[in-house]
Amino acid sequence: MTAENIHHPEPSYLEYRGKYKGLLGWLTTTDHKRIGLMYMYAMMVFFIVGVILGELMRLELFRPGQQFYGPQVYNGLFTLHGIIMIFTVVIPGLAAVFGNFAMPIMIGAKDVAFPRLNLFSWYLFILGAAIALSSQFMGDGPPDTGWTFYAPYSVTTHTNVIAAVLGAFVLGFSSILTGLNFIVTIHRLRAPGMTFFKMPLFPWAVYATAWIQVLATPIVGITLLMIIAERTLRIGFFDPNLGGDPVLYQHLFWIYSHPAVYIMILPAMGVVTEIIPTFSQRRVFGYKAIALSSMAIAFVGYFVWAHHMFTSGMSSTARWIFSLLTFLVAVPSAIKVFNWVTTMYKGSIDVKPPFLYSLGFIFLFMIGGLTGLSLGSLATNIHVHDTAYVVAHFHYIVFGGVGFAFFAALHYWYPKMYGRMYNFKLANIAFVFLFAGFNLLYFPQFIIGLMGMPRRYFDYLPQFTFGMQLSFYGGILLAIGLVLMLYNLFQKNGAKAPANPWGGSTLEWTIPSPPPVENFDVMPEMGPDEEPYDYK
Amino acid sequence: MEEHRDDIGARLGMWIFIFTEILLFGGLFLVYAVMRAGYSADFHQAAHHLNAFIGAVNTLVLLVSSATVAMSITAVQKGDSKKGVILLLVTLVCAGIFLVNKYFEWGHKIHIGLYPGSDLMLTLNHGSVMFFSLYFFMTGLHMLHLVIGAIVLTIAMVKVKSGAITPNKYVLLENGGLYWHLVDLIWIFLFPLLYLIT
Ligand SMILES: [Cu+2]
Repeated sequence: MTAENIHHPEPSYLEYRGKYKGLLGWLTTTDHKRIGLMYMYAMMVFFIVGVILGELMRLELFRPGQQFYGPQVYNGLFTLHGIIMIFTVVIPGLAAVFGNFAMPIMIGAKDVAFPRLNLFSWYLFILGAAIALSSQFMGDGPPDTGWTFYAPYSVTTHTNVIAAVLGAFVLGFSSILTGLNFIVTIHRLRAPGMTFFKMPLFPWAVYATAWIQVLATPIVGITLLMIIAERTLRIGFFDPNLGGDPVLYQHLFWIYSHPAVYIMILPAMGVVTEIIPTFSQRRVFGYKAIALSSMAIAFVGYFVWAHHMFTSGMSSTARWIFSLLTFLVAVPSAIKVFNWVTTMYKGSIDVKPPFLYSLGFIFLFMIGGLTGLSLGSLATNIHVHDTAYVVAHFHYIVFGGVGFAFFAALHYWYPKMYGRMYNFKLANIAFVFLFAGFNLLYFPQFIIGLMGMPRRYFDYLPQFTFGMQLSFYGGILLAIGLVLMLYNLFQKNGAKAPANPWGGSTLEWTIPSPPPVENFDVMPEMGPDEEPYDYK
Repeated sequence: MEEHRDDIGARLGMWIFIFTEILLFGGLFLVYAVMRAGYSADFHQAAHHLNAFIGAVNTLVLLVSSATVAMSITAVQKGDSKKGVILLLVTLVCAGIFLVNKYFEWGHKIHIGLYPGSDLMLTLNHGSVMFFSLYFFMTGLHMLHLVIGAIVLTIAMVKVKSGAITPNKYVLLENGGLYWHLVDLIWIFLFPLLYLIT
């Protein structure tokens, strides 16, 4: 920094006035930091809607039999809950928010490779979400197929499936363009001297994620187009009455939707990989293993999709191959967990909120991952397929994993985003509510699933009542935790954040909080013997 | 903020985008493969109803158009923007010929009542229904891509003419050309799969 810059600091990206002021200034921005925040605000709204839908389901399930509304409403609720949470919250998720906000800074870039395309992706995201939500109000009622749109029911139901499917298609297009943008950004805009193996691990995770977005999403795109054509033109690819094959739909759908799980979880793992070393005051253990395991997960994750279909009708050869490959994905995932734990070993651990949420992530992700193995093995899968056990498993991955990592990332980069600290004590209290509520909500679902409670059922046998009520109370605790956490972060009246409040060692901590519009006064460079985590 | 320009990055982005387009059609090719394996005899029969001659003409037309696009890029690189514009115009005419041929081809089938969801279609055997469904869906989606490609090339042509695309700033034209080759390439696969394998 030159003396002149200290006296006349660049305006931060939050204060910067371009061509337009206020809201319009945000809606026309091409600044990756602002776009990241815009994703976050939109997703926050969708997330809250999704949570309310989930709580409404728990309310209905408090007792067996009908309580507040009928089965068709319930079908609509779980479909919309799934569509919102999957397509508009966890799939764009950490990649869209923190991939945008932090990744370019961490590689020493001023922005992403295609800033205008980046803004366009955001608009596509909003458009797709709007189309998907419009399905609730137009046509013959809310779709009732579940978020998976399984044929032939999605072709024959009279509800407004087309809008939901079209919305998902547009959201997919947005996701592809974001992935494309990030790949080119990482290839072209790394700081001089920063080779791939000198890049921090969050950008590595975003890079692996971006490849899955680019490689997997087109398949679901064409599949959703086929569903639309089935409904409008009767092309019949998935309709057995015309010679089509419904199982083919499941294959095409999961060819995307399994890798989509890694679109969600890889950036989550990436952010935890940044947080654990920072708060242990140690260098991350096994840098290369973590970087390459991201790529390995992305690669192997592409070949496991049929584990969702073990009961759908497949040759036994296909089943054991997919089962074996599913087990293989656990290896790179476990490599990461071992590396995180080893990083903490003998470290000087400082349990601040980001670290606490990361620990929550590791714990919940491990339960989710290990129960995933029992679903991936053929014999146990037959027993628990389509039961509440599956519901518990994927909520442990998607909410316990991705959700908690998102909260961790938020508490980690919050001072950088807004230039303010938040109340640590309140953040910790919120964590206790979230963690306890989460486990109380979903753990009983494992048990009642093993006892035979099917998923997506409006009604249930009396022996499941106790488990369902525990889940209900868990849901209440979880909601309290969310309210506390959001209340804490919305205050924005904490102490002014220094440039590097946590002692972090990546580039974003070398610039002021909040960052100036162009991120760096002097573009960073890396010397030949500098290492990735040297910025302190 | 100063304008940041990175032609290599733009080209890389285009290649990745083309990759996603191939995967988009890849899903359809997968459906084709599954259906063809299930109904090989029906597919064999149904393919006789497609006019291989028109298909061959269209293949030739697209191959020529791919060549003229490539030549126009070379012309622009060498600074001969006039020749570049003419070659792009030839490309667009080729696109037009392709669409006219397709119009007659589809028109004939629709005229005799052969289209997805038609009464005639529902009387056919399952394999034929799948074949013609695939035919309309795949060629329809290809046509959509062709139209998009033509629009991009039209924009590029206008920019060459107005001097916005120059010998050292032609990445838009180049990317448009890449996209056009993709349109050509997909047809190169569609033509034998639908028209020739009988
Ligand atoms: Cu899966």
